[in-house]
Order: sequence, then C-alpha cells, then structure tokens
Amino acid sequence: MIKANTKPRAPALEALHVSKSFGGNKALDDVTLKVDAGSFHALLGENGAGKSTLVKCIMGFYQADKGQLLFSGKEAQIQSPREAHALGIGMVYQHFTLVPCLTAAENLVISRPDTPMVIDWAAERAQLETFMETMPFRVRLDAQVATLSAGEKQKLEILKLLYLDQRFLILDEPTSVLTPAEADEVLGVLGEMARRGEVSVLMISHKFREVTAFCDSFTVLRRGKFAGSGDARNANVAELSAMMIGDAGVRPPAIREPTVPEGPELELRGISARDEEGRALVSDLSFNVRSGEILGIAGVSGNGQSALVELLSGQRPVARGELRVNGAVFEPTRRNFDRFKVFGLPEEPLRNAVVPRMSVAENIAFRSFDKPPVARRFGLISPAGIRRRGAELIRQFNVQTSSPDAPIETLSGGNVQRSVLARELSGDVDILIVSNPCFGLDFASVADIRSKIMDCRNRGAAVLLISEDLDEIFEMSDKIAVMSDGRLSDPVPVAQTDARRVGNLLAGQSGLSAPKPDRA
Amino acid sequence: MSDAIFMVLMAMLGGAIRVSTPFLLVALGETLTEKSGRINLGLEGNLVLGAMIAYATSYSTGSPWLGVLAAGLAGMVLSAGHGWICKLPKVNDIAVGIAFMNLGTGLAFFFGKPFIQPTAPRLDAIALGAWSSNPQVQQALKVNPLFFVGLGLAVLLWWMLKNTRWGLIIRMTGDSAASARAMGVSVDRVRLLATSAGGFFAGIGGAFLSLYYPGSWSESLSSGQGLMAVALVIFARWNPIRCVWAALLFGASGALGPALQSIGFSKGYYFFNAAPYILTLVIMVLSARSQKAAHEAPGELSIVK
Ligand SMILES: Nc1ncnc2c1ncn2[C@@H]1O[C@H](COP(=O)(O)OP(=O)(O)OP(=O)(O)O)[C@@H](O)[C@H]1O
Ligand SMILES: [Mg+2]
Repeated sequence: MIKANTKPRAPALEALHVSKSFGGNKALDDVTLKVDAGSFHALLGENGAGKSTLVKCIMGFYQADKGQLLFSGKEAQIQSPREAHALGIGMVYQHFTLVPCLTAAENLVISRPDTPMVIDWAAERAQLETFMETMPFRVRLDAQVATLSAGEKQKLEILKLLYLDQRFLILDEPTSVLTPAEADEVLGVLGEMARRGEVSVLMISHKFREVTAFCDSFTVLRRGKFAGSGDARNANVAELSAMMIGDAGVRPPAIREPTVPEGPELELRGISARDEEGRALVSDLSFNVRSGEILGIAGVSGNGQSALVELLSGQRPVARGELRVNGAVFEPTRRNFDRFKVFGLPEEPLRNAVVPRMSVAENIAFRSFDKPPVARRFGLISPAGIRRRGAELIRQFNVQTSSPDAPIETLSGGNVQRSVLARELSGDVDILIVSNPCFGLDFASVADIRSKIMDCRNRGAAVLLISEDLDEIFEMSDKIAVMSDGRLSDPVPVAQTDARRVGNLLAGQSGLSAPKPDRA
Repeated sequence: MSDAIFMVLMAMLGGAIRVSTPFLLVALGETLTEKSGRINLGLEGNLVLGAMIAYATSYSTGSPWLGVLAAGLAGMVLSAGHGWICKLPKVNDIAVGIAFMNLGTGLAFFFGKPFIQPTAPRLDAIALGAWSSNPQVQQALKVNPLFFVGLGLAVLLWWMLKNTRWGLIIRMTGDSAASARAMGVSVDRVRLLATSAGGFFAGIGGAFLSLYYPGSWSESLSSGQGLMAVALVIFARWNPIRCVWAALLFGASGALGPALQSIGFSKGYYFFNAAPYILTLVIMVLSARSQKAAHEAPGELSIVK
C-alpha cells in the first residue's frame, strides 16, 4: 500500500446539514462541518454535544438521517467504515482498535486490504522499515501491542492510517491517553504534515491549549447543533468556551476553605503489590491523607498509579503492608466501604466502575440499592425506588441521558464519569479516592467536578487525588507526592514545591526529596 | 533390572507415540478453534463419531484411508453445526459444545451398532525400527502414519498462524472481535471455518482409535480423550508445537500402566491407568495458577473474558 510515488494530496471534506437521532434523542441537528484540504481542524463541544456521533456518521458507522457529504468536492455516500477507508478516510477511535496479541508489524500488515495470502516477512519487514524511515515517529515493530505504552499505541494507530495511505485523518480525543510531551510531539508532527499538504486532519479535543497551539480552524457543537466556527490561530479561550456552553456560564473555580485536620484519616503502611508475573507494581508505599486535605499524586501513567487505586478498591490483593482508616485496619470490601464511608472514582469508569449494559439509574444505585431508603423492608429491592433516586441524582449532577433507563454504555464518555460521581459523592464521604477524575471531560464539567471534590474536602473528607494532569494536581492539592516506578516521593505541601521540581521527579530525577534507592 | 527399565522405557516410548496421536489431533483442532475465539467442547463427540464412521467406511469400501477421510468429513460437519449455532445471538459456546459432545457420541452409537462385530481393514504402521534387532525397539518404533500427519499438521498450523493472512485474521478474531469487525472481517464466518477445520482434525483422531489403536469400533472406545485434549490445549498455551510435546506427555502417562504390566508389575495397575486423568487435574490446577497462560489465552474466549 505504500506507494513511493504517491504525491502528497490532502483531501477536503464537507458534511452539510447532518441530522441524526437515537430513538427520540436528537444527537445531531442540522450540523455543518467544513474541513479544507491540508488543514488541521478542531471539533469542539461539551460532553454529549455530538462530536463522536458526527465523525461516526462521516465514517459510515452510523447512517445520518439527513445530510450530505462532499469529499474532495464530490458527493460521497459512505455506508460502512470500509467504504470510508477505500476513499482514504481513516479514524483513530476514543478506544484503541489494535489487536493486543499481534505485534506492531503484524497489526500493520493485516490492516491492509491486500495482505498477501502467504506473508513474506523478510520483504514486509524491509518495506515497513523504509516506511518507518519516512515517518516522524517510530514504534518497536516486533513488540506485542499489549506490551506497548498508551503513547506508543496511539502513535501506532496514527502510523497505521498513514501506512494505509489514508490522507483524511479523524482523531477522537487522541491526546487523552498521552503525556503532555507526547501529545505535543504527535500533534506537532500532524500539524507539519497538514501544512505540507500531505494530510487533512479533523481532531476532537477538549484541550484549548492544543487547539490554539496546533490547529488552524475549528468548529464548535453545542447540544447537537452547530454553534460556530472560525480560525483557531487567533481564537481566544473565552470566545471558544462561550460558544461551547452558550449562556450557561461556568462555575467559579473551587474555593479552598481552611480546614482542621481532625477526623477521618487514610493511612498506608509499607504497601507493596505485584503483577501477575510477579513484578513489583508498587513497593513500600507509606503515607497518610488527613481529614480536610487533598493529597495529589502526580506521575506519568503506568508507574503504579492504577495498581494503587486497585489496591484501595479491593480489585488487587495487597502483597505486603497495611491499610488503615481512622486508625483501624481497613480491608477493602463493600461492607467496609460503607462502614468507613470510603468512596472512589477509578480511571476508565466504563470498565472499572459501571456495568455497561445496566441502566444509568441501576448503576447509580450500586452503593445504595440494598439499603433504605432505596430498598424496602426485609432488604427487598425496589426498582421504582432505584429509578426515582437515579432520576434525582441525574438531575442534580446534570448527567445527560435520554432516560434513567438507558444502558449506561450509550452515554457519552463524560456523562459516564458524572454518573459515577453522582453515585460516589451523593452521600456522606469520609475518604475519597479519585483517579484522573476529569479525563476526557469538557472544561465546564472539569470545573464542576473539581469543585465537587473540593467541597468534599472542605466538609472534612480525606481526599486522595491521583492524576496525570499537573495543572489539576497543583490546582487541587494541599500536598503533592510523585509516583515513579512504583515508588512514592515524600508528600510535600504545595507551597513548598513548584511545577519544575515535580517535573524533574516525574522524569525520575531527584528534586523534591531525597532520591529513593532504585529497584533491583 | 536395567533390562526391565529399558523395556518399560521402550514400551512407554511406543505407547506415548501411539496414545498421543488422537490427543494431538484433537488438541490441534481445539487450538485452531480457540485461536479464533471459541471453545468447542464437542470434540469428544467428533472423536467418537469419527471412529465409528472411519470403521464403517473402511469396512464397506475396504480402504482404511477412505475411512480416515470420511471421519474427518463427519467431524467437520459436526463442528460446522457447532459453529453455525454459536453465531446465533446469546448462545453460549460451552453449552453448545456439551450438547454436541452428546450428539456426536449418540449418533455414533446409533449408527455404529452393526459395526461392533465385523472386522474392518486397519491402517498399517510404518516400521521405523527395522535397523534394530531388538524386538522391543522394533515394537516401539512401529509408528502409524497418522502420527506424522499430526506432526506435519502441528508445524503447518504453527507456520500458518504466523505467516499467512488467514493465520493473522484467525488470531485477530480470537483476540479482539471488535478490531476484527472494524477491519471488515466477518467474525462469525472466521469462527465457523476455524471450528469446522478443527472438527476435521478431531474426526481424524477418531479414525486412529478405531483403525489402529485399540483398532476396532466399540462404544467404550474413547475414554474422554476429546475432553482431556481441551485441557491439553491450555497446558500447551495455544501453541501447536507445544501441543505435540503436551500430547506426548499425556501419551506417555497413558502408556505407563500397560508398560508396567508388560514387565509383570501389576500392583496399583488401576492407579497407573488413571495417570492421564490425574495428570489432567494437576495440569489444570497448575495452569490455572500460571499467570503466563492467562496472558497467552486468546482474549475473546468466554472462559477468559
Ligand atoms: N449508540 C447510541 N445510542 C443512543 N444514544 C447515543 C448513542 N451514541 C451516542 N448517543 C447519544 O448522543 C449524544 C451525543 O453523544 P456523543 O458520543 O456524540 O458525544 P460527544 O460529543 O462525543 O461527547 P464526549 O466528549 O463525552 O465524548 C449523547 O447524548 C449520547 O447519549
Ligand atoms: Mg466522544
């Protein structure tokens, strides 16, 4: 598929007056999107605004109810992703579509429509190497995809589109799994290629910084409708956010109130855990989170943060060490979560915190369905009660769903997150464990959720915040620690450190406290 | 004494090769099926039905190799049924597999009644031990060609999964149906074909039972080899080459009892005969603990998900 003699040729795409409904829910209503040849176009909008739906209509995943598609000026009818690929439109989805058990090279070769019956690996390898030469970033061709980091996978997804000679690239929140440095690298390269007229890029993003730094034009959707478009290079953030949320206005930033460190406390003593193959995931974690305090744990993903959350939520056995809440030994079981009022929001809530096919109301009721007032006498479950309580919280937390009975998997990413928060923050919280709470959320929801977490702290909860977003860590935390290679630096009050020192620690250098000895 | 040990070892080698052949063929079929993301527990049925059809065909046509072919085809049809039913929505492959196991044995018993008495032409072994004057060596190295078919198949399968488009598509389907669909692969069709091909291999395994060892058709012909082969696939971690070693190990353990008996050591005979079953249990426990196995399992298998 790599034709050495292909001329760079970026196509243009216009989606005109597109409408799409799911049942009674109008996800898109007369939306028009124009992407010029060789441009790097941003598609913005709140969670649930219809961004993913629009690009899936373009890709032929969904059939639009109404509307027209012009590709390079010619009308195109795209019935399936395969037809889109044939036209040269490729997409990187919000989740990865690589096959985990195949190697990077195998993933590339099998993605071609013309893979030969018998694969001559020597020749293919040589060809892949030459292809990689011309590419701005590399991945290890022989590595099994399951072993690649999120950043490498994302690069491989993009490389795959280029390998298939797809010149119109659609990226759905491509940087949400990347570190800021990786994101800059990937977006910078794509911007270059677009400027040279080799590709046109349509990117969905929630990050204004990326949009103004790398894109040249943008379109904003609001609640399924076109809300504006323009030049991204001289757009300002206030203007963009006003377009996204209309007149609603954003909640003011969370206010940190003085608290007395008295009351619930989460304590970890020498906690270690190993993965399935016996490698250390976290080693010897000891820290405590006091009442009315947010301890922020910064770190590049894959340094043991997910293991820490799994330990605390009972998804992974503790190999060594002790968890304590308020001085008492805490075993993470459902009963103890209730007893000690421990709540949490794990990362990837669709995988870790909800049952995708159960309804929104049922998912919201997981912590309360068997207790009064939701349950009736003798512990009988009351579906009507679940539904009523669900509807109430859906309103309160502003979850956008067609009904409390819709399966939670049909919600947009941000609204799944909000549903889980509705469940976890609705009661009386003593200990709160949150991991990347604003992952993939639009800025209005980010402000909203951060202020909810801050409220929790102000009411005296001990909050453990694990995040890859340094801005979030600095905005929210009272104390900061950095996780690197399964070890944690000593927590330091936020006033006594700064982004540079934390950044150094992230990169595995000393700076905040004495360096920990390396793992054998 | 050393003579006795030599005899036992020789008998075990011969036994291992002999007993392992049906294990190997069924395990390869199961590997192929599971690589595509489905479990077919019905291969025990294929084995028994294959044995009966092979015997009947060999008896009526006089050609044991025609019998082998017929057994494969019968197995293929049976597994195609499995593959076809499993693509209906909300059908569980394991439950369907158990049903097909009973269907296969039931059909074999029903149509096999008239063939219990007569003698059909059997497959000839290849005498690889002619160089030796030792009768034990000669006996041990009488190898049935189907064993080599199994070896060849294992290598072919291993190569195919790595180096062909079909191989990659099968692995992709077995590991991530969503990715396969995104690439325009018809997941159900891939699984139907892989399951059918797997059924063909298992059917041939049945032919070995009735046409070579034990070498006649009876209702008690198989002692659950088809089911144990499934355990063997997990032990071999879905690798066709490792299937060969695993099958030989199972075969050797199955040959232990008879080998000991051949030197007049008959104490605990039943215990040694139970060796393969004990081995199955031990292997299941070990591989359930082995995280490596969990790592290499195709991601779409219903037991893994
Ligand atoms: N398959 C579906 N069935 C029913 N409703 C759907 C389906 N897909 C999307 N929706 C609804 O359409 C609306 C738009 O969803 P979409 O996924 O396009 O939002 P988004 O802009 O991509 O949001 P996010 O930023 O959270 O990813 C939402 O209200 C969602 O609930
Ligand atoms: Mg989306």
